[in-house]
Parts: sequence; C-alpha cells; structure tokens
Amino acid sequence: MQSETKSRVDQLTAPSGHPVAALRFEGDIASTSKDAVLGAYQSLPKETTRLILLDFTGVDYINSSGIALVIQLLIEAANASQKVYCFGLSTHFTKVFTMVGITKYAGIFPTQAEALAAL
Amino acid sequence: MNELKTTTVEVRLPTRMGYEKVAMSTAASVAKLMGFPEDRIEDLKTAVAEACINAIEHGNRLNEKLSVGVVLRAEPDALEVKVIDDGTGIGKKPAKPDIDRKLHGEEDPRGMGMFLIQALVDEAEWVTGLDGKSSYVRLLIKLDKDAE
Repeated sequence: MQSETKSRVDQLTAPSGHPVAALRFEGDIASTSKDAVLGAYQSLPKETTRLILLDFTGVDYINSSGIALVIQLLIEAANASQKVYCFGLSTHFTKVFTMVGITKYAGIFPTQAEALAAL
Repeated sequence: MNELKTTTVEVRLPTRMGYEKVAMSTAASVAKLMGFPEDRIEDLKTAVAEACINAIEHGNRLNEKLSVGVVLRAEPDALEVKVIDDGTGIGKKPAKPDIDRKLHGEEDPRGMGMFLIQALVDEAEWVTGLDGKSSYVRLLIKLDKDAE
C-alpha cells in the first residue's frame, strides 16, 4: 500500500568548490524505508563525505516513522562530523520538520540551487 | 456541500501498515468538500495518518484479524474524526519530543505521532471505551480557526 522508497546518490560540487553528496528520495518515507534512507546514507564513504544534501522533491508522504529515520541519519551524520541539509520539502513538511526540531540540526532550503549556494 | 447539516462518512481499515493512506485520502476529500484551505487539509492528513498508524501498531498490535474504524463527521463549522481500535488506550501521554535528547541518544528517535496529532489539529483527545476493550482518538479541526 505504501509506495516503495527509492533513493540514489549524486555527487555534486557547490559553487564554493566543496564536494556534496546528494541523497535523492522518491516515494513514501515510512517505517519500510530504512534501507532507502539509512542504507543509502551508510553507503557514502565517511572519510570523504562532509556535506550531505537530502532531496525530498520526489516525496509526498512522510510519517512519524519516516521522520525518525531522518533523525537517525542526523545522529549518524553528527557522529561522523558531517553536515546535513534538506531541500524539496513541501510547505507542509517544512512546517512538520520545523515543529519536531529537525531544522536545529539540518538546514532546510526550497531548492537544490539555494542549498548549494549556501554551502 | 455548503448546506448546514451534519454528514457522516465511515471507513474500515485493515490492520496493516500503509492503509492509513486510505483514511488520509478520505479525510482530505471530506475536508475539501467542506471548504477547508489546502494547508489545513495537509495538517489533517498528517494527523489522521498518525492516529491510524497508532491504532494499527499500538491499539490493534498489528493483529490482522482486527480492523480500525474511522468515522468522519462533517459539521457546519468543523470536521470531527474518530479513529477506533481494539486496544486498551494509552496509559499516559508521552512527553513532548526533545530533538536534542534524540540527537544525543537519550531519547528514542521515534515517538512523535501523538505530538504531531496534537500540534496539527484544534482538539485531540484519547478515550478508552467503557468496556476496556476498545479505545479511540477524537480529532477536531475547525473550519474557521480564527473565528473564535
């Protein structure tokens, strides 16, 4: 019933010259999305990945279990001294991420270009 | 659907994760017919989804022999949603989630459903049935939140 979560990784370069790993999600983010969210994150090389962008452009349903996966990703990223940013969230999920406090640990930008420009 | 009368819509969901989206869509359709603005419909969808997930996971404990009832009552000035399961209700409401504690591993990353429900609708109450064998959460979202 839930639409399967797909994810892929793109390697980008910010205008500042910093390398950035973009994790692009598609589908629902729910309890069944562990591999797509944490698995994709854990596939990034820890030694060389310092900046991570989470792309939610293709996501239209995130429930509390999905938010918990994002928080687990933030915990692992914080432990690895990585910085995480999000973009492509709908107005509603931007509000929800703000309400639960995610914005304290992950900057939220409307678009990829705005996120990259800030890095 | 502008006439001032009460309309009830009922949905019965299987106790299976993912089916909360059926209740979400139904609630969104009713709210749209009532004239709720898009942002409030999004709030309602998340609150209804979280209430159904709690009913599936905690109320019915993923027992597929049971079902979750969703009753939507459209009134002239508000939409009431009851999500009914066969559980014994919640013992006590969990504390408001603390992102700092979560990030430092002092609090489970999960456990935000009830917080989201309360934050996104105008009224939310958890009620245990008199027989102790069923319980429901009642949500209320007002059509004109600022008219009070």
